Amino acid sequence: MNIAVCLKQVPDTSEVRINPKTNTLMREGIPSIINPYDVHALEEALTIRDRLGGRVTVLTMGPPQATDSLRKAISYGADHAILLTDRAFAGSDTLATSYILAGALNQLMNREPLDLILCGKQAIDGDTAQVGPGIASRLGWPLLTYVTKVDGIEPTNHVIQVQRKIEVGREVVRCQLPALITVVKEINEIRYAPLPDLIRAAHYPVEVWTNAELGLDASQLGLKGSPTWVNKIGTPPLREKGEVLAGSDVAPTEAARILADKLIPHIVVPNR
Amino acid sequence: MALWGMNASFKNREESFMTVQEPTQQQLNQERWRDVPLEFEAIVVGAGPAGLAAAYTLAKGGVKTLLIERGDFPGSKNVMGGILYSYPTHQVISDFWKEAPLERPIVEQRAWLLAEESVVTIGFKDPGFYEEPYNNFSVFRSRFDRWMANKTVEAGATLITETVVTDFLFEERADRRKVAGVVTNRDHGEIRAQVVLICEGANSILTQRLGLQEDLSPGDLAVGVKEVIALPKGAIEDRFNVEKGQGVTIELIGESTQGMFGMGWIYTNKDTLSIGVGVMINQLSRSGMNPNTVLEKMKQHPAVRPLLTGGETKEYLAKIIPEGGYHQVPKLYDHGVLICGDAAMLVNGVHREGSNLAMTSGKLAAETVIEAKKKGDFSSVTLKAYHDRLQDSFVLKDLKKYENASALFQSNPHFFTLYPKLARYSARELFTVDNVSKKDKQKKIWHEVTSRRGIWNIAGDMYRLWRTLG
Repeated sequence: MNIAVCLKQVPDTSEVRINPKTNTLMREGIPSIINPYDVHALEEALTIRDRLGGRVTVLTMGPPQATDSLRKAISYGADHAILLTDRAFAGSDTLATSYILAGALNQLMNREPLDLILCGKQAIDGDTAQVGPGIASRLGWPLLTYVTKVDGIEPTNHVIQVQRKIEVGREVVRCQLPALITVVKEINEIRYAPLPDLIRAAHYPVEVWTNAELGLDASQLGLKGSPTWVNKIGTPPLREKGEVLAGSDVAPTEAARILADKLIPHIVVPNR
Repeated sequence: MALWGMNASFKNREESFMTVQEPTQQQLNQERWRDVPLEFEAIVVGAGPAGLAAAYTLAKGGVKTLLIERGDFPGSKNVMGGILYSYPTHQVISDFWKEAPLERPIVEQRAWLLAEESVVTIGFKDPGFYEEPYNNFSVFRSRFDRWMANKTVEAGATLITETVVTDFLFEERADRRKVAGVVTNRDHGEIRAQVVLICEGANSILTQRLGLQEDLSPGDLAVGVKEVIALPKGAIEDRFNVEKGQGVTIELIGESTQGMFGMGWIYTNKDTLSIGVGVMINQLSRSGMNPNTVLEKMKQHPAVRPLLTGGETKEYLAKIIPEGGYHQVPKLYDHGVLICGDAAMLVNGVHREGSNLAMTSGKLAAETVIEAKKKGDFSSVTLKAYHDRLQDSFVLKDLKKYENASALFQSNPHFFTLYPKLARYSARELFTVDNVSKKDKQKKIWHEVTSRRGIWNIAGDMYRLWRTLG
C-alpha cells in the first residue's frame, strides 16, 4: 500500500484575525500548524502502512517555511516528504491548488504507484472542503468524504471499506482502489512521535518541486488560474439567547400557559 | 466484517497487490536521514535567551548540539518585559539588528515615581541611541527567539520542540556521579551527551533534581504580568514624544505596585505598548491582591491612562521572575552539567535586567564547553571555569553589588510607600505658585517630611540605600 497524504500549513486559528479593511487573514507573526484534520489523515495513513506495509508520502504546497510542517509529518513516521513551492503557485484558489496537487501526485505516480490518497475534510483557515474532492475529480478517482473509520482493506480485490459521516447517521461504503479519502477528527487518535524519530526528522532533507519539475500549464496556476475572489468575509452575528421560563417562578400549569401563549403567534394553525 | 488481514500473507510491500518499483537513487539519498546517528556532545535544555545563546555559540564552535524546547516553537513560551539589550546580543550574533525582528530602538528611558494621583519623573534621552550599535530595543520574545532559533539551526544545532526534559541520565563512577544525558517525556526518550546545559528558566526542576538548589521560597520570586495593547504607530510617537521609529521605556515605582516591592513598566513597540508589573510573590500573597488587579490599577492611574486611551488589549502574558539575587545563585556547575539564565537565578532586579545576563551566561557556558571538548574532560574540574568566567563578567559582579537589595526592600516598605508620597508632597509644594516664599515652602516641606518619618530614620534609610545600590 503506497499512500499519499496532502497537508496544508495553516495559521493557528486560535490566534487568527481578519483585517476588516481588506477582508483577508492577518497572518503576520501568527504561528503555523499543520491543518488538524490533515494530521488525522496522516495518522490513518501511518496506521494502514504499519499493518499492510508500503510507503507514506506527504505533500504540501506553500512557501519554504512549510518545510517545518513536513518535517513534523516525518517525525510522526511518514517515509517521504515533498514541498511544492514556486512563485507561480502563490495566490492559488481551490481550483488552482487542486490542479497543482493533482499534477504533483501524477508526477509521484510516475515514480511509484499510489493506492490511496488521504486528505483532511477541510482546512481550518478557508473551510472550503474543496481541494480533496478537486484532486479526486482531476485524477478521475473515486472520492469518499467525511470518513470516520476505515473498516479495512481487501488487498486481493483492491477494495476498501469505510464508514462515512452523513447527516442522518453513518454510511458504510465499499469502494474500488485507488481512491481518495477525506477524514474527520473522530477517525483516530494522533500518535506522539518517539524521540529518535523527532531528532532524525530535524535532519530530513525535504524534496522540493517547483513547476520546472511539474511542467504544469502556467495559465492554470496561482492568481492567473484562480477565478475565485473574496467578496466579503466576516464573523457571523452571535445567536441571541433563548428565553427561559423558570419553572420555579410559577406553577407548572401557569408556565405551560405562558409558553403556549408565546408559541401560538408563531404557529400557523390550519382553519378547521 | 474483519477485512484487515484477510490475506494473512499481505504483510509487506513485496506481496502488495500493486507492485512497487525499486527505489531510485534520489529516493535512496532521501532515506539516508534515517541513519543519522543520535549522538550529541552537548544538550541544551530550553530555547530561551540563555539556551539560544548557548546553543548558537556551541554550534558555531563545532560542538554537536541538541536543543530541546518544550513549547510548540522557540519563543512560544518565552515571556519578558520586552527589552533586549544590544551589546550582549551583539556579542553572540554580531550585527543582529540588521535582520532580527525588533520593535523600536530605545532612545529615552524614564523613571516615574508614582503617588496616588501624581508622578515625579526623571529621564534620559539621547538620539545617539538611534544609531548603530544602539543600546537596547523593545522586542517580542516570541518573534525574536524564533528568529534566533533559526540562526542556531543554520549554525548546525539540532532543534526539537514539544519535548519536556524530565530527568537526567547519570554515569556512576567510583568517585563521582556525572550527568551523561537527559530523559524526556517521549517514547524512547533517553538521549546521551557529554554535557547538559540547563537553561529551562525560573523554578528549575532539573537544578533541584541535581540537589544544587533547594525549593525556592515566595520571597525569592516575583510574578510579572503584562499586556500588549495595540495603538497606531503615529499615536505612540505623539504620546511618547519621539521621532518615527524611536522608542521609549518607562519604569514606574511606588503606587504602580500598590506600595509593594516591585516595579511597573511601559515599553513602546512598533504598533503596540507592553505594559506590566512585577511584584514579589510573598508581598503579593500578604496583600491578598491578584497581580492583574495591580496592573489594572496602574493602568487607571491618571499619569498612565492617557497613554493607553483607545488601545485594544491583544495579549496577556505572565512569568515568574527569580529575584533571589546573589545569595540564591546555586552552584552553577557539576560533573557534566552547567546552569544558565533564570534557572541559575541570574536576574538583576534593581536594573530590571535578566535577558542580557541569561544570554551572557549561555555564551560563557558554551565557551567553557568548547574548551572542555578540547581537553576531553567534562568533569566539574574543567567546568568550574564557567563560574570563574561569570565572576569576571558583569553578571556576577552586578549581582554581588546588589546582593543586599532584596533584603533591604523586603524589610523596608517605605521605599515603595512613604518616599514616593513624600516626593509627591515636596514636588507639589515646590511647584505650586501661591505667593508663599520659597524659604517658607522649604521649611514646610522639611517639617512635613520629618514629621512622617524621623530625620534619623530617613538618614538611616538613605544610607542603607546608598550602601546597597551605590
